[in-house]
Amino acid sequence: LSPGSVRCLSSTRNQSAKKSRATLGNSNARNVVLVEGVRTPFLMSGTQYKNLMPHDLQREAIKGLLKRTGIPKDKLEYVVIGTVIQEGKTSNIAREAALGAGISDKTPAHTVTQACISSNQAMTTGFNMIASGQMDTVVAGGVDFMSDVPIRFNRKMRSLMLQMNKVTNCVWLGIYELPRHAHVRLQLPAIAEFSTDEVMGHSADRLAAAFGISRLAQDEYATRSHTLAKKATEEGKLSDVLEYKVPGVAEPVTSDNGIRITPMEKMAKMRAAFVKPHGTITAANSSFLSDGASAVLLMEEKKAKAMGLKPKAYLRNYTYMSQEPKDQLLLGPAYTTPTVLEKAGLTLNDIDVVEYHEAFAGQILANLAAMESDYFAQKHMNRPGKVGAPSMDKFNLWGGSLSIGHPFGATGCRLVTTCANRLKAEDGTYALLAACAAGGIGHAMIMERHPD
Amino acid sequence: MNTLSKELMEEFEEVFNEIQRNKAVKGAVLISSKPGSFVAGADIDMLKNAGGEAETTELSKNGQNLFNALEKSKKPFVAAINGVALGGGLELTLACQYRIATTDKSTNLGVPEVMLGLLPGAGGTQRLPHLVGVASALDMALTGKMIKPKKAKKMGLVHHLVEPLGIFLALFYPFLHKIYINFPQTITIPKVISYLLKFGAFEKNFFNKMIKGKVMKQTNGLFPAPLLIADVIREGVINGAEAGYKAEAEGFGKLSQTNESKSLIGLYDGQTHCKKNRFGNPAKPANSNLIIIIRNIAVLGAGLMGAGIVQVSIDKGYNVVLKDSFSPGLARGQEQIYKGFNTASKKKKMTTFERDAIMAKLDATLSYDALRNADMVIEAVFEDIDIKHKVVKETEAVIPEHCIFASNTSALPIGDIAKASKRPEKVIGMHYFSPVDKMQLLEIITTDTTSKDTVASAVQVGLKQGKLVIVVKDGPGFYTTRLLAPTLSEVIRMLQEGVGPQKIDKLATSFGFPVGIATLLDEVGIDVAVHVSEYLGGVFGERFAGGNVQVLKDLVARRKTGKGVYMYSDAKSKNRPVNDTATQIFKSFELEPVEAVSSDSDIQLRLISRFVNEAVMSLQEGILDNPLEGDIGAVFGLGFPPHLGGPFRYVDLHGAAPLVENMRRFEAAYGAAFTPCPLLLEHAKDSSKKFHS
Repeated sequence: LSPGSVRCLSSTRNQSAKKSRATLGNSNARNVVLVEGVRTPFLMSGTQYKNLMPHDLQREAIKGLLKRTGIPKDKLEYVVIGTVIQEGKTSNIAREAALGAGISDKTPAHTVTQACISSNQAMTTGFNMIASGQMDTVVAGGVDFMSDVPIRFNRKMRSLMLQMNKVTNCVWLGIYELPRHAHVRLQLPAIAEFSTDEVMGHSADRLAAAFGISRLAQDEYATRSHTLAKKATEEGKLSDVLEYKVPGVAEPVTSDNGIRITPMEKMAKMRAAFVKPHGTITAANSSFLSDGASAVLLMEEKKAKAMGLKPKAYLRNYTYMSQEPKDQLLLGPAYTTPTVLEKAGLTLNDIDVVEYHEAFAGQILANLAAMESDYFAQKHMNRPGKVGAPSMDKFNLWGGSLSIGHPFGATGCRLVTTCANRLKAEDGTYALLAACAAGGIGHAMIMERHPD
Repeated sequence: MNTLSKELMEEFEEVFNEIQRNKAVKGAVLISSKPGSFVAGADIDMLKNAGGEAETTELSKNGQNLFNALEKSKKPFVAAINGVALGGGLELTLACQYRIATTDKSTNLGVPEVMLGLLPGAGGTQRLPHLVGVASALDMALTGKMIKPKKAKKMGLVHHLVEPLGIFLALFYPFLHKIYINFPQTITIPKVISYLLKFGAFEKNFFNKMIKGKVMKQTNGLFPAPLLIADVIREGVINGAEAGYKAEAEGFGKLSQTNESKSLIGLYDGQTHCKKNRFGNPAKPANSNLIIIIRNIAVLGAGLMGAGIVQVSIDKGYNVVLKDSFSPGLARGQEQIYKGFNTASKKKKMTTFERDAIMAKLDATLSYDALRNADMVIEAVFEDIDIKHKVVKETEAVIPEHCIFASNTSALPIGDIAKASKRPEKVIGMHYFSPVDKMQLLEIITTDTTSKDTVASAVQVGLKQGKLVIVVKDGPGFYTTRLLAPTLSEVIRMLQEGVGPQKIDKLATSFGFPVGIATLLDEVGIDVAVHVSEYLGGVFGERFAGGNVQVLKDLVARRKTGKGVYMYSDAKSKNRPVNDTATQIFKSFELEPVEAVSSDSDIQLRLISRFVNEAVMSLQEGILDNPLEGDIGAVFGLGFPPHLGGPFRYVDLHGAAPLVENMRRFEAAYGAAFTPCPLLLEHAKDSSKKFHS
């Protein structure tokens, strides 16, 4: 992959190429379909959403999903939501959001967490419930809210406060142990990987350097993401975005607010954000802290049809894989892509639509470089030769996390919905999505366009 | 390992001159293609073969000249350091215009020449004070300590740090170009002391009282190198570069000829020897296609020793079972192990996550069942032959056919323990020293029936545990315990003769023992000393005679917690009073001292001569395989004065004849205990005979 190739985008796609398999469907199996997917606009943290709470966003996403599909609120059987930074007051945020959205209180809900692929985990959890015949109708979604995060007192202070709760006569305790300077240092949610103590951006910078990804290539890729997102927004392609009238904010929020095209010269001037001063990862070529929520309606195909719903796509095969979390933290897509293709019996040529989660421009380019490397395949993936990278002609054509934003828990559903919408818009058959997550975990999924 | 050999220096000079000539070259990067090693220092063989003082001084001057040219180069040189940059290796980087280092765990910077009895002889003593200040320069040069990358950056020793990339191809080449552009940058650090040194009174006080006083206190003046290093650094700081470089080269030449340096280099060679497995890799057994690789170790007995052995094993990738018979004992052992790693995590040597991942390798159990998958069992149960036999039988009922049974005993012959075994070829001794995580030595004991594969595997495990391994033949007291017994016996005699424990300790430490010998008696444990003395005295007879064992027995009988020869009531207090009960006991067994052999130096010689004689005898009898391992065992296991290099180096450098002469005097006073052994006599007769080539 040469840096230049990122920018030259061809609009001619070979749709007539013969697929190795016409469909992945199997008449004996229960097919899981995506009926609809929506999301709140993804906003930069500290902007219009800043006075909300995370479950507010998730509630809005679910409300929007119900409204758009028209499914009766008592027909939903289960709700699964993914989130990363947990608000203490709403630890099972799935339940709070579902109740708030008016879903029947007889519909149970649970919350999952798996870093940046939390809503992928929510969806595959729902997928399993449906495929195994336990449920027919599941709402999955995800939310993250970085405008307000739980900041704790440190352990010393917490322990003191807990003691105070127990001892009735606090005055006496106070004499023995008064809060000192050591007590008031606060703890922010961890941004460093617990196992390695390394911040993700730092690992990404080392990864980019290891694969020889230049600063220029990263800036160009980031520009591509923003350019495509802007174009897709202007052309109205991002139909999954809901309009949200935020209480206390005069204008309804209608679109993502992080998309901006920065001139290359200005980007080139930005300072390294993690590996100082010679690193290549900057604020401009990384995803930014965002607020947002997404939701999808997953159903068993026949049930959906019986209810008169029009499914958009099938969820077919998926995989989760993990690697050591230091040097290979963000290489999930490189590992999971060939594996999920093999599971489905497809090759990259069969795939019409590719959506990868963009954590950092350098991370995307490093993953693509890894897939194009024989050395990497042999040394680290135990494969005879390179697995091949997806063509840029099919890749994140409506923008990605770098430009649209990345509320950690919400991104997975955005990827799935975008795949479904793009399959229709681009008249394709199969879509591939992949994402990396903290902990060195990777995820990939194959989707197939629904004939209806 | 990269070392600065004569050839390499010549090649470097050639390349350096070419870089200066070639106009297309704008600058250069010095980088190692070997992972984990930038340059580990000067080639020690080059030093050994250099010749006399004049030649080694010249060697230093050549290094200085080359590095001075490098320092003056108009084209920038960048030292890109990944792995160790030690001694001459670090001095090379100090002459470069720019130093960057990776934060890799293998990256360490230092000038450890002092540990070889030398000084940094290629400009280190002169450049360091300018770069990091006089105080830090002295600290580095006098202790030889390794500096970690982050500290090095903070001190101003390197300009820049980079993270290692880990998985892929390119190293930090992309950065290097930018570094040229940023060049030149200088590091400025507050040099308070340099400023103060301009005042004569402070200077005198600083170097003579503070620095040299500290050195004298820590080394008893037994090592000439640190004192000279302080002088040489002072010379440069006070009288300027020219005088400093001259003093450095001359000092280097002078130190290279000292016995202390030769002893320390000998120990270095010994350590290198003891970090290799002279038995090779374990071979494939004839009846199987599998090579047995030891992955699962089981340790029996969760006492101090057992837990210590676990501690040095679980962090080396072994799965370890710790088995004890009692729950409280097992819990205590687990706590000891956890504490070791927790302390390491608190000192930021590892993360808490790494600590927990290491602890996950431990399976603590009360049941023998867990030994089913063991490849090696190390028993560290109570020192009693019947208990050991019971353990052998119980263990062999469970362990697989290929499993090695190792006994951590300090004195019981392995052959006796093996008598209970169905597979004596799999039985071996692994004698660890307490505290296991601190003491570097491991003494492996083989019997006539131990198979070569068993030895090879045991050595492999020992090396992986980070030990210096010596392999000796089975026999009463093996090697190390056998040396200790007559020495302790002599101490008891001295105590009976009315030499106070404090005086004995002082004489021992001033001779270079790290711990006083009377204190050692307490540390070994008086009951253990009784056991060893009675047993070895019974085997070796008169040669092990000296003090009366009954003294120790009475001490044991009237012992109370915290009391031995000394009283240990207050752990923090430095002044330990002598135990009154002990003094009474010594009194009741009073012996008349022999005037002619009771001077301070004779007391020292009486201790050392019995020790050395027994070591030589072990070699003569074939218990020891070679003198190199004998020296390492004595220094790292028993605290033999390191500046003497071990018993064999001591005889080589200080002569067997004077030693024998003194022993004859002692023999006249005390008899057979001081009779020199035949091999020692041979060396006394022919002064050209040396233990070390």
